[in-house]
Amino acid sequence: MKEFIEGSMAVARGVAVCRPHVVSAYPITPQTHIVEHLSELVADGILDSQFINVESEFGAASVVLGAAAAGGRAFSATTSQGLLLMGEVLYNISGMRLPLVITVANRAVSAPINIWNDHSDAMVFRDAGWIMLFAEDNQEVHDMHIQAYKIGETREISLPVMVNMDGFILTHAYEPVDTISQKDADDFLPPFDPVVKLDVDNPLTMGPLGEPQWYLETRYRIQQAMLEAKPVVKQVAKEFKEKFGRWYGDVIDGYRMDDAEIVYVAMGSICGTIKDTIDELRDKGEKVGLLKIRMFRPFPGEEIIDALKDKQKVIVLEKALSLGASGMLSDEIKAAFYATPHRPEISSTFAGLGGRDISKTSLADLYHKVKGERQDNMFVDLKEELV
Amino acid sequence: MSTASTIVYNYLRSKKKFPHVWCPGCGIGIVMGALLRSMADLEIDKNNVVMVSGIGCTGRMPVYCDFNTLHTTHGRAIAFATGVKIAKPNMKVIAVVGDGDGLAIGGNHFIHAARRNIDITTILVNNRIYGMTGGQYSPTTPWQKIGSTAPHGNVEHPFDICDLAKGSGATYFARGTVYHATQLQVLIKAALQKKGFSVVECISNCHTLYGRLNREGSAVKMIQWMKENAINAKVAEKKSPEEIEGKILTGELWNIERPEYTEQYERLIERLGGKPPAEEKPEEKEEAVTQ
Ligand code: SF4
Repeated sequence: MKEFIEGSMAVARGVAVCRPHVVSAYPITPQTHIVEHLSELVADGILDSQFINVESEFGAASVVLGAAAAGGRAFSATTSQGLLLMGEVLYNISGMRLPLVITVANRAVSAPINIWNDHSDAMVFRDAGWIMLFAEDNQEVHDMHIQAYKIGETREISLPVMVNMDGFILTHAYEPVDTISQKDADDFLPPFDPVVKLDVDNPLTMGPLGEPQWYLETRYRIQQAMLEAKPVVKQVAKEFKEKFGRWYGDVIDGYRMDDAEIVYVAMGSICGTIKDTIDELRDKGEKVGLLKIRMFRPFPGEEIIDALKDKQKVIVLEKALSLGASGMLSDEIKAAFYATPHRPEISSTFAGLGGRDISKTSLADLYHKVKGERQDNMFVDLKEELV
Repeated sequence: MSTASTIVYNYLRSKKKFPHVWCPGCGIGIVMGALLRSMADLEIDKNNVVMVSGIGCTGRMPVYCDFNTLHTTHGRAIAFATGVKIAKPNMKVIAVVGDGDGLAIGGNHFIHAARRNIDITTILVNNRIYGMTGGQYSPTTPWQKIGSTAPHGNVEHPFDICDLAKGSGATYFARGTVYHATQLQVLIKAALQKKGFSVVECISNCHTLYGRLNREGSAVKMIQWMKENAINAKVAEKKSPEEIEGKILTGELWNIERPEYTEQYERLIERLGGKPPAEEKPEEKEEAVTQ
């Protein structure tokens, strides 16, 4: 059913039809509306779930860890400082192979205090053993949650999933969203059947001391599961399309890529603005396209190479920055191309940090600059007078 | 001679940071006023003050105050203040926290600072809800009251902050309300003079969220309620438990002596033959650094 709802509500509704047993979170802008909507659904008896408003994000992550360890389907949502505070637990969740879902309403990280959007928060945890998905709009983020549970709960995978959506830009925007009915959700997502769980009849220990003799093997197994997750993500996207008719690409998605010579690469809501920019540039005869990255972990290196290998130039537009190095996304794309004979010229560019608007004009300017010469480690719309 | 109001003016970043972000009628401004007036009474040199806050409506206070200010992460004001106090034991360190910020996510720092009895004056604005993020219930939201995350009533029970502070080792605890602004000033003044971990709980109104969700009316009505329901602890002693049921006990509720942390630390250094930190005179500054 099509409804005109806020992005946070789209997430809450998308999560609710997955019938989580436990929802736990701590208020933080711009995530709060998500769990507020969920708490309403629980309080009104629409969602049969335990909702716990805990004393910190550390507590929230710990509660969902416990719930998943006990065999429950669990959900939390956070952003920025809250995600950082969850950090220690995030590693424990993946280390224990607990397939829960956390939504991150992506936001910049302090100091200085900034509540607006970029991807600095999520990118901190790219090494934490979480499958990381990025949504472009509210329909996609609504649909991503049921897919996230299905991917993570696939028994061979058993890994947590982080669903990323741009704070404010998506969380607070109203868009028409075709919401998934409970019946369709139940058909698509089977009940959670964990590989291991805490059970009095069959006692076991989770997360005990991992001595040097076998800690390394636990990392190997997570790495293997991560690599195996890629075909599962693709399969789930396909099944979703068959059932619901909606398709966003699987791990990546192209826009006007066929004859493109210069290609933007980006994640999240900025892809919408880029598509509009491309249309305008195309009207002027420019051969330009977009490669949208939907999944950052596991990293879709082969798929990216395949999509970009024949292109002349690539503009990686990043909303995060590894201070002292470069962009996380562009570095990994460059690394992926290391062993290939043909590689495009790649420009790493940083835009929109801390919520700075990225306009079509800036994007078109960037395109023309890159068309002239490579722009590496370039800050889009940097105010020279302030630095 | 400068009047209290000019001194207060001197304590504010009046030209740079106003207007403030608080809702019209919010009690936090009254708490800030009481704090600044008590500091003016004590003639505290503003360059010798460090005001630390976390995130939340209350956490905005240091933005407006012209001290050395440290605006930190949510819940961590007291932890940061502890670091400041240990590094600069001669400075006056004030932590301003809210109920969500100071007692939920920062609850651990609160009890451990109290246990150490470190000389920090904690101004705890209790409006019983998370204001900045939109009215979620907090650790001081009363049982059965409404929050945006408890639309049919809170099933959890609130902290008694006084008992929490006492039980954890604080040496001074007082409670006031934003209706009783003069009393609040007196209580804060005493807390500032106390050598040790002191807490002033300031009952405040968040009419925008708590008041609206719980149908407690406008700012004026909520503050009126404080007027009618606050009772001085000394007066309350003479009343029966039934008579004080549901009332807010105000005034100085706890005041004991216990060795203070940084002093003990200095003594330990001396005993072991080390050099105590030198007395530092605060530098005269034209203008304090903003947040
Ligand atoms: S939301 Fe509540 S606490 Fe925050 S400024 Fe407004 S009235 Fe005050």
